[in-house]
Amino acid sequence: MSVHSVVCVKQVPDTTQVRIDPETGSLIRQGIPSVINPFDLHAVEAALHLRDEQGGRVTALSMGPPQAEETLRKVLGFGVDRAVLLSDRAFAGADTLATTFALAAAIRKISEEDPVDLVICGKQSIDGDTGQVGPGLARRLGMSQVTYICGLEDLDSEAGLIRAWRQLESGRELLEAKLPAALTVTEVCNRIRYASLPDLIAAAGKPVEVWSAGDIGAERSRLGLKGSPTRVNKIFAPPARKRGEIFSAADSSPAAAAATVMDRLQDRGLKMGRSA
Amino acid sequence: MAGTRNNKKKESSAAGKAGADSNTGDVWVVIEHEGDLAARVSWELMGEARRLAADLGTQPAAVVLGDGENSGQLAEQAISYGAAIVYIAAHAALSPFTAEPQSRALAGLVGKYSPGIILLGATTRGRDLASAVATDLETGLTADCTSLEIDPGTKLLRQTRPAFGGNIMATIISPGHLPQMATVRPGVFPIAKADAGATGKVVTYRPRLAAVQPVRRLHYLPELEDEASLQGADVIVSGGRGMHQARNFSLLEDLARELGGVVGASRGAVDAGWVSARRQVGQTGQTVRPVLYVAVGISGAIQHLAGMQQADIVLAINNDPTAPIFNIADFGIVGDLFEVVPALITEIKKRKDGAGAGIVFDRVVAEQTRKEAAK
Ligand SMILES: Cc1cc2nc3c(=O)[nH]c(=O)nc-3n(C[C@H](O)[C@H](O)[C@H](O)COP(=O)(O)OP(=O)(O)OC[C@H]3O[C@@H](n4cnc5c(N)ncnc54)[C@H](O)[C@@H]3O)c2cc1C
Repeated sequence: MSVHSVVCVKQVPDTTQVRIDPETGSLIRQGIPSVINPFDLHAVEAALHLRDEQGGRVTALSMGPPQAEETLRKVLGFGVDRAVLLSDRAFAGADTLATTFALAAAIRKISEEDPVDLVICGKQSIDGDTGQVGPGLARRLGMSQVTYICGLEDLDSEAGLIRAWRQLESGRELLEAKLPAALTVTEVCNRIRYASLPDLIAAAGKPVEVWSAGDIGAERSRLGLKGSPTRVNKIFAPPARKRGEIFSAADSSPAAAAATVMDRLQDRGLKMGRSA
Repeated sequence: MAGTRNNKKKESSAAGKAGADSNTGDVWVVIEHEGDLAARVSWELMGEARRLAADLGTQPAAVVLGDGENSGQLAEQAISYGAAIVYIAAHAALSPFTAEPQSRALAGLVGKYSPGIILLGATTRGRDLASAVATDLETGLTADCTSLEIDPGTKLLRQTRPAFGGNIMATIISPGHLPQMATVRPGVFPIAKADAGATGKVVTYRPRLAAVQPVRRLHYLPELEDEASLQGADVIVSGGRGMHQARNFSLLEDLARELGGVVGASRGAVDAGWVSARRQVGQTGQTVRPVLYVAVGISGAIQHLAGMQQADIVLAINNDPTAPIFNIADFGIVGDLFEVVPALITEIKKRKDGAGAGIVFDRVVAEQTRKEAAK
């Protein structure tokens, strides 16, 4: 019994600091720190947990610029066995469709050496916020698709089945999926471990393999901006709501401020009375 | 089947129809449902589909994927919300929802009827299905749109959505790819008015699907509806870390009751364990568009604003005059919430006593005054 999981991780800008340059209307990227997408840490944890319980291997996969190596170094520190970075100019500007094309090609290559049972992603990235990569990989790889997992129930690698709870708006459902499966996990799925000293020491000796478009044998027309059906037509700062009337309870009294605000709300359509 | 129940509707069968017929370019909405209960967002989208189809000179249509059990009833509802055509794909494998058979059925319908646009709710299911279908069809998909419009020149769908946690808005197009697909968060668009007398056509489709699917549902635990839903509420009173303790939320329950609203929360309050995650408003919670949003003890982080900025009126209560929430509030009270909230409750009670019971918002006045206030 052993499982081989591929975890997809993404390096993202700290989104709280991303702004638009009011002069040029373009994205200010300079000086914005990069972090590992927080949901992907839960994907890493899920994969490590299954390996620790059942044996097997965890391969971390990322697509990004050369500096995304940092992200893979970090997950190696958690005890991931192997790290692969897809880095090539040909990947640049990819939307989710072109991203899953490249990631799926890399996962097929990884699978040739060591068959992959599970692909695990975070439920979404905090920069793109789409949640489209996990399901896209499931389709491209012909794997069972189970997303928004809020709890892993069990993995029966003998029977080739995984059972997991999925969060819905209306409740939760327990799903049973045939392996191989592509999963996405939410932040409540598990608690992220601290990197242990032995793992950190072992990680220092592990390489981050860097693969180009040629290495995964991908047609260039399907990659990056060229392979992306969507185009960003325009970016702009969100329409600002204006600062309105701010009253101070200290200047008058809480009661007086409350009365003034109620007057204003009534002007704005709040109705009280028998008709209500 | 719907057609037999309602003689105003024409029934036609998918069989024998030409692939490229006059419906090409229609605007479809995939109706999300659990049994006979449709997700509210589906009807919100039906209104949008009508508007977009009118701009394109095509028809708004609904797609009901299921085992056939409730399809007729859902189709009737879809027609009342504005669908000119309802495509019903019926197969045992389509209920309960799993992504694989649902995406195959939807892709099959797309192949046959060539819609121009497909809209789905940006829910766990909608995102799942949309991603799978867009991958199979190799077409563009834009997640979590907050505004949709037809470019008058190119006739392309202009899809606007927040990115980078709401710091930036981006308008996305998918030139040269059909159908153009988008998911839209619940609560972004107002719900269309249902018209019980509306008529529409129902088309049935029998997808060929395997009896045994790769994923099956073993259990379903509906969330207990002990709390009123944030979606569709006219008034939401949300509390943040400034509430200090779980039990202080009773204060907000009281205010919400007086205003005829429901209680929401910031992630700060959810992470502290004071409120259930289902009450969270914001980027990783829910998007809401009440008439009145009252933010109590909430600082106004960009991720929180992403979920509530579409309220007609925002009232903020915070003891820090520099809290960013005041920058987007129509009205604010700087003060200790433990004094201000009780004062508001007293004031509302007083006014109600003067004029009788009940409180309600005139949505028309609220929207008008909002537009004036924004000038
Ligand atoms: C990827 C990501 C996603 C996120 N998604 C969300 C999301 O969906 N929703 C969300 O809300 N947040 C989200 N956040 C978190 C967000 O960044 C903030 O941390 C969070 O909104 C803060 O919650 P808060 O305003 O309640 O707490 P704080 O920022 O701590 O604010 C508390 C406020 O209470 C005021 N206060 C304290 N005591 C009193 C008193 N006695 N009277 C009056 N006022 C008082 C303080 O002045 C302060 O302004 C996300 C963050 C990340 C990184």
